[in-house]
Amino acid sequence: MSEVNASMVAGQRGTVEPFDVARIREDFPILRQTVRDKPLVYLDNAATTQKPQAVIDTLLQYYGAQNANIHRGVYRLSVKATELYEEARRKVRRFLNASRVEEIVFTSGTTDAINLVAQSYVRPRVSRGDEILLTEMEHHSNIVPWQLLCEQTGATIRVVPINEAGELEMNRFHELLTDRTKFVAISHVSNALGTINPVAEMVAAAHERGVSVLVDGAQGVPHLPVDVTAIDCDFYAFSGHKVFGPTGVGALHAKYELLEEMPPWRGGGDMIKSVSFDGTVYNDVPYKFEAGTPNIAGVIGLGAALDYVSAIGLSAIAEYEGRLLDHATRVFSSLPHVRVIGTAAEKASVMSFVVDDVHPHDVGTILDQQGIAVRTGHHCAQPVMTHFGVPATVRASLAFYNTTAEIDALATGLNEVIAVFE
Amino acid sequence: MMNDSMELYQDVILDHNKSPRNQRRIEVADRKAVGYNPLCGDHVSVTIKLDGDVVSDVAFEGSGCAISTASASLMTESLKGKTLEEAKHLFERFHGLVTGETEQLEEAEGMGKLAVFSGVCNYPARVKCATLAWHTLKAALENDDGKVTTE
Repeated sequence: MSEVNASMVAGQRGTVEPFDVARIREDFPILRQTVRDKPLVYLDNAATTQKPQAVIDTLLQYYGAQNANIHRGVYRLSVKATELYEEARRKVRRFLNASRVEEIVFTSGTTDAINLVAQSYVRPRVSRGDEILLTEMEHHSNIVPWQLLCEQTGATIRVVPINEAGELEMNRFHELLTDRTKFVAISHVSNALGTINPVAEMVAAAHERGVSVLVDGAQGVPHLPVDVTAIDCDFYAFSGHKVFGPTGVGALHAKYELLEEMPPWRGGGDMIKSVSFDGTVYNDVPYKFEAGTPNIAGVIGLGAALDYVSAIGLSAIAEYEGRLLDHATRVFSSLPHVRVIGTAAEKASVMSFVVDDVHPHDVGTILDQQGIAVRTGHHCAQPVMTHFGVPATVRASLAFYNTTAEIDALATGLNEVIAVFE
Repeated sequence: MMNDSMELYQDVILDHNKSPRNQRRIEVADRKAVGYNPLCGDHVSVTIKLDGDVVSDVAFEGSGCAISTASASLMTESLKGKTLEEAKHLFERFHGLVTGETEQLEEAEGMGKLAVFSGVCNYPARVKCATLAWHTLKAALENDDGKVTTE
């Protein structure tokens, strides 16, 4: 315990210097642009994040000088591309603190990773009468793959409800975790509410019953230091584009022994050792899950993105975003006619809200006229909207390049919304 | 800043959003349809009473943004007394106006209050809001399965 405290103090000492957001913003060329002659205020980071020059340069460098297909070429260019691709796998391992590099499977994103786990790991293990335990705050990408699985197997979905703050009702989680539960899939951080879930505690409870757990980390990795060894989850999925990397790439971390047991999900080139019409020998973990030519540039770009955020430090990012969230919470509490949806005690820098008698799409359009990009709609989390009795919300989701001045601009914009609809 | 907002949110639109006309259901309707926009969850139902081939009454129900509510409200106002053919023609003209497919000035001419929606074509993300009630109307007029979506 004393060691933990010592390292935390050291970590804090490391971030005593003010977080130099002006310097960081210079790394993101897109943030220099104006919209309708006003500076772009980009507050839709939960949908996708902007890319630092380092990631853009990596992609340019790859396509300009390094492009070749990986893994089987004997020529120098292919060997180099393979090295870069596999180096990115090591970067993901370090970033998540996974124990083995073979535990990292590259996917096209979180959705792809969840579908892989549902079809390859869970499907052979469930049948009628079995239950998959989800939560009410899940993104559709952590609902629909399980509904497909249930249609295929006869298993059923149970849902841990949320309270009025948008936190999981943990007593209900423990009640719903029964002998019928065969798998648990939960988000680390809610995209619609910002709630940070006690995933390590939930994993421990599931493991006591011998149940494996997938954590949807799409909104976790951009905001929190993630340690899959400490969480002890069986599967952790995330997307590159939500952590300042390219679109179309993501990763699944899975415990090695589980990957060994799992059959391939997709067949094709690169996932085999030998193929004949009498039978095929599959490749080793993790390659047996990476059929076809992967998104090589995307994977290498993801590695560059993880380098970039690691250099800033996820602890420093979390601390700065916590201050942004505090500022936003204070500013919003003084705005009339604005109701924040999602007020969890443990929350990432997401402000979901509604304005009395004004539809979120009208709010979004008027904010857009001031150069402010927010998301409006159900955020692919319709059960959350149903819970709060709203058809949609406006969502401002903050990243470490956002500023308190941008939050103040949002408040000014909301006053304009209220003035138009008075 | 205010001027930018008012290009889209003109007074007539704000008025019809706040006090929608004909927001009710015609219980014994000759034509009806339900429309849904899966992007925003907005839904609208349109019911029509006919006298021969003339629209004698038209009403809408549903919830949505200011653009979709005002559009539905103004649509009902502009349809009463029109023949079915004239109503279909008005749909085409309105559609052309908000999608910017036809010259705005030419289209807006003679459209009365509906001309307030000419600004919508500058907001491509909002065209579906303005057309939801109209697509629903078209389905009701054509008396097909009575269900439409803007997707």
